[in-house]
Amino acid sequence: MAAPVIRVANVSKDFLLPHLRLTTVKGHVLNLFRRSHTLEVQHALRDISFAVERGEFLGVLGRNGSGKSTLLKILAGIYMPTRGHVSVTGKLVPFIELGVGFNPELTGRENVYLNGALLGFSRGEVEAMYDDIVAFAELEESMDQKLKNYSSGMQVRIAFSVATRAKADVLLIDEVLAVGDAAFQRKCFEHFRALKKSDTTIVFVTHNMGAVRQFCDRAILIEESRIVAQGDAEEIATRYTRLLNPAPSAARPSAEAPDQPEPPASPEAQLSAEAQDQPSAAAPDQPKRWGEGAVRHTKISVPALLTDESTLTLEVEAVAEEDIDEAAYGFVIRNSSGAPVLGTNSILKKRSFGSLRKGERVRVTWSVPNVFSDGLHYVEVVIADRNALVIYDWWEEAASFTVIKEETTPYIVTPDMSLVVEKE
Amino acid sequence: MACASRSTACPAFWPATQATRLRYTDPCLNLLPPNLDVIELLARIRLRYRYPLILLRAMVGTDFKLRYQASLLGYLWTLLRPLAIFTILYIVFARFLRLGAGIPYFPVYLLFGIVVWGFFVEATTQGLTALVARADLLRKISFPRYVLVLSVGASVLISFALNMLVIAFFMALLRVPVRVDVLWLPLLFVELVALTISLAFFLSALYVRFRDVNYIWEVGMQAAFYAIPIIYPLTLVPARYARLLLLNPMAQIIQDARYVLVTDQTQTISQLYGTPWVRVIPVGITLLLVVASVVYFRRQSTSFAEEA
Repeated sequence: MAAPVIRVANVSKDFLLPHLRLTTVKGHVLNLFRRSHTLEVQHALRDISFAVERGEFLGVLGRNGSGKSTLLKILAGIYMPTRGHVSVTGKLVPFIELGVGFNPELTGRENVYLNGALLGFSRGEVEAMYDDIVAFAELEESMDQKLKNYSSGMQVRIAFSVATRAKADVLLIDEVLAVGDAAFQRKCFEHFRALKKSDTTIVFVTHNMGAVRQFCDRAILIEESRIVAQGDAEEIATRYTRLLNPAPSAARPSAEAPDQPEPPASPEAQLSAEAQDQPSAAAPDQPKRWGEGAVRHTKISVPALLTDESTLTLEVEAVAEEDIDEAAYGFVIRNSSGAPVLGTNSILKKRSFGSLRKGERVRVTWSVPNVFSDGLHYVEVVIADRNALVIYDWWEEAASFTVIKEETTPYIVTPDMSLVVEKE
Repeated sequence: MACASRSTACPAFWPATQATRLRYTDPCLNLLPPNLDVIELLARIRLRYRYPLILLRAMVGTDFKLRYQASLLGYLWTLLRPLAIFTILYIVFARFLRLGAGIPYFPVYLLFGIVVWGFFVEATTQGLTALVARADLLRKISFPRYVLVLSVGASVLISFALNMLVIAFFMALLRVPVRVDVLWLPLLFVELVALTISLAFFLSALYVRFRDVNYIWEVGMQAAFYAIPIIYPLTLVPARYARLLLLNPMAQIIQDARYVLVTDQTQTISQLYGTPWVRVIPVGITLLLVVASVVYFRRQSTSFAEEA
């Protein structure tokens, strides 16, 4: 195997806390006379090491403030590491932000040239691809308007359109997908899919687990300035989900449950604690997963992202811990505000699948038409006895997926609806 | 400064980094084969400066577009500003106070001094904020940081060139004879640009760390305006002070440039000291500034993104 394209060895980054930084001559002079001052240092990254092979798509996951953007800036050569070493071979293009250097007082056309220059294109080169850029952004009419008259969506489109022209061996992407409407996000995804095929090495910083699952070969998880896990993207994304949703484990410890209890100080934990104060929310100590435990879920898989697909395929795997007469299987899908969208179970469908012996594994596959509205959805899965009197394993928010639809409605479902208007 | 004892203290003041230069990634730089001949070497040099040049061009172009976009007279302002200042100073100093009595072509002499001084002031004050004003760029992409300062310098230099056309026009109008000495002018301009740009580099890097540098510089410029014989002929100053004043590179440049371009009645440093070799001092100061500012700028450039 060839040498890694990106090699990061024991990189640490410290920042001097801004309120203590001396920015005036007076401050420095006074400082000479003050003997016992201590400067506080923020450790943004501690001892980070990893390597990225050629053509690999690496996801960098972490919460806000975990240090992932600092890491990207060090890779991009914007920050110097305080300690450690970084090497990158080949041409690197950072997508730290779209539209860097855009000037609102210039026209769209002039901004394309300016942005192109920052990506290393001469005027002649930009001229040659100008029509393509404008066509891709679908902004033919407004290129001679000043940028300040553009909507933010238009600005992003033109910026992305220029950025896609950059020929890079290594691409650094930071949360670009967080902006833009659904149609634009789809365009981004398509572009990244194409890049992946073309052997470009990509480092992708995000907290969108869906995107990591879908695109990344490998991922690293950064928490409190350190790498806490690296490996298979699917695995890391799952770990990150748990980090965000600290779920008390089920009746018996399952293989997938988190190893350690989560630190209670995490912002998400505080958020959920606040939510509990409201009467409509779940009772304070109601776990997200509960049940008697004779059968327990081992794996839930759904596609992270539903764009054009007409069907959602939900696969549930479970293992029997004891002999069971007959098990019933069910699921509920909730939208991001927690409202149940749809669901069913084998009892309602009047189907029975017989008994389970201890240690026996079962795989349940549901196919659900994609009637969902645009946005994030949660999957809740249940295994119960035949009368639903004994709950073996009820797992709320076992998985999630994001639906991207061009047509949006304020309702909880948005199936294909056709419209015909005829005038007499 | 008790920095050395604590390893975590003062990282911003003494960056404890291994590498001394920021590793910026050049989107134009490709990997060339290691066995170089001259043509390949030239190609490599061209490639090395391709990206900085593209950036420089784009930034200077943008700057010019923006500067005169909303103003009625557009590019004419570049010319009108020094002319307006000139008119005021000429009326006050040449007419009322009769300062330039002994100097032929005093209006051109005065205007030329104002234009050269204007270049110096504009380039250094704008260069001072060049980095901080584009903190957005510094934080988001990696590119050779010196381009920001150079683009300011280039913009001001273009204005200066336009102003020189006005000087040429006035010289023709007043029938100022052109002597062979004028061949020294390019060399003096090289010294002027070297002095100005290196100060701009130094100040811009300093301003990232000390935000009161601009006030200090503003006051310093006011003082320098009177410490340099711009509006008054040097003959009015007692000789021992005049000798001291001319050790300032800016004073030496302005007087020498006036001598070669406008009139040989200008007092220059070589006349006052009786030897042309005394120029070693102001030229040496300039060279020292060039080296010091390059060293300082490069050392500081690693932390611009964090502090600007």
